[in-house]
Amino acid sequence: MVHEKIFKEYEEKIPESLISEVKKHVPEKITEAKLKKVLDEVEKEYRYSLAAPGECVGVISAESIGEPGTQMTLNTFHFAGVSEMNVTTGLPRLIEILDGRKTLSSEIMRIHLKKPYSGGKDLDKVVARLKEITLGDLIEEIDTDLVNSKLVLKLDKNQLKKYNVNSQKVINVLNKSVKAFKFELQGNSIEVLAAEGDADIVQLYKLKEKLKDVYVHGVKGIKQVLVVKREDEHVVLCAGSNLKDVMKLDFVDPTRTMTNDIFEIEKHYGIEAARELIVRELMEVIDGQGLNVNVRHIMLVADTMCMNGKVLGINRYGIVKEKSSILARASFETPIKHLVSAGLMGESDALSSVIENVMLNQPVPVGTGLPGLVIKTAKKK
Amino acid sequence: MTEKQKNSKESKKEPVEHVLVPKHEKISEKEKKELFEFHQIEMKDLPKILITDPGIKHLSPKENDVIKITRNSSTAGKAIFYRGVVSE
Repeated sequence: MVHEKIFKEYEEKIPESLISEVKKHVPEKITEAKLKKVLDEVEKEYRYSLAAPGECVGVISAESIGEPGTQMTLNTFHFAGVSEMNVTTGLPRLIEILDGRKTLSSEIMRIHLKKPYSGGKDLDKVVARLKEITLGDLIEEIDTDLVNSKLVLKLDKNQLKKYNVNSQKVINVLNKSVKAFKFELQGNSIEVLAAEGDADIVQLYKLKEKLKDVYVHGVKGIKQVLVVKREDEHVVLCAGSNLKDVMKLDFVDPTRTMTNDIFEIEKHYGIEAARELIVRELMEVIDGQGLNVNVRHIMLVADTMCMNGKVLGINRYGIVKEKSSILARASFETPIKHLVSAGLMGESDALSSVIENVMLNQPVPVGTGLPGLVIKTAKKK
Repeated sequence: MTEKQKNSKESKKEPVEHVLVPKHEKISEKEKKELFEFHQIEMKDLPKILITDPGIKHLSPKENDVIKITRNSSTAGKAIFYRGVVSE
């Protein structure tokens, strides 16, 4: 571009996206003076479009998200169950994100793979390495031998081969995780004996149930694995989430792999990543419902949730708790609790926000109510 | 120093690489003063970031530092955001 210098000048004044749009639309041979005129005009329009100080953007956001939200309730369940995996979408997911819930109804990881694997190489091995395998997946049956008070676990050869686990590894894992019993390999099956003396029947039955859930191989917490093709690369979708362990695997691309658990992202990548994820997840839900909400409203919500350095839900345990005004907190939920505790602690209210001034029938600091007057008085002689 | 220790020390200095993580920078005292004067604010008015936050680990932050975050915004292309470092 010829006028790179002029554009640079305006970089401070108008956002990057507007500059690139101007670059795209102005003719190649524009004169310097004309370009400046265009950019000045763009700057003027941009400044005009900014939210004015004191504008109650929160209320506008609430309306803009709330109104389409009412339509969402009607068609929530029609869209449930996308892409063979049970994914929570629609209003339940929206509430889940905004409330800042720590346990999700369905955790999904999207694992991007490094180069040869993303093209489709050794995908079955990738899947076998990822999926959590318990002993229950590897055995055909469990025989209870009451005469000799022992269990006989018959290993499933096909499953062992499929998940690339050898029987010796199974024995090692078992000996490590179940201390009170001895495990011995006998041909194709495992014999379980009490470490000392004879085990009674109750113990054996309890053990039988316990053994099925012993973790053997794969990534803990990954319950279901599905490979899909997205834009000419293979991506692995997983039910269940375990960011820490998945990132250690050598075929995983750690810069793009993602989970829908906001708190897990916050823990590993920090508050800014969590904010970005909140925006993306909310937009995905809203777009998935065929609704149209401007991303700015969602950004405002995400910014508010991440204001304090950690993710807070929009409820009385989250951002409402952080409000400085007692009356504002009391007006939200559980008013008596707040008023009593404020009274006990001898707190005071500066009446600096909206809701407490509404209660007291005073002008609210919003819009034209925000600025105060400053008068220059004559100096005393 | 063993290999493992070496690795962990190196990785501490490197910023986390992830599509979700924007660029974090620590701004100087002078820039900090200018920022506060321009917006007529104080430290407590800024949004916060925890000192233990993984996104700023490589900057070895101290309390009351200001972190400049250059976000990739879908509306503005690039958006600049500031957070003050707090200890809890």
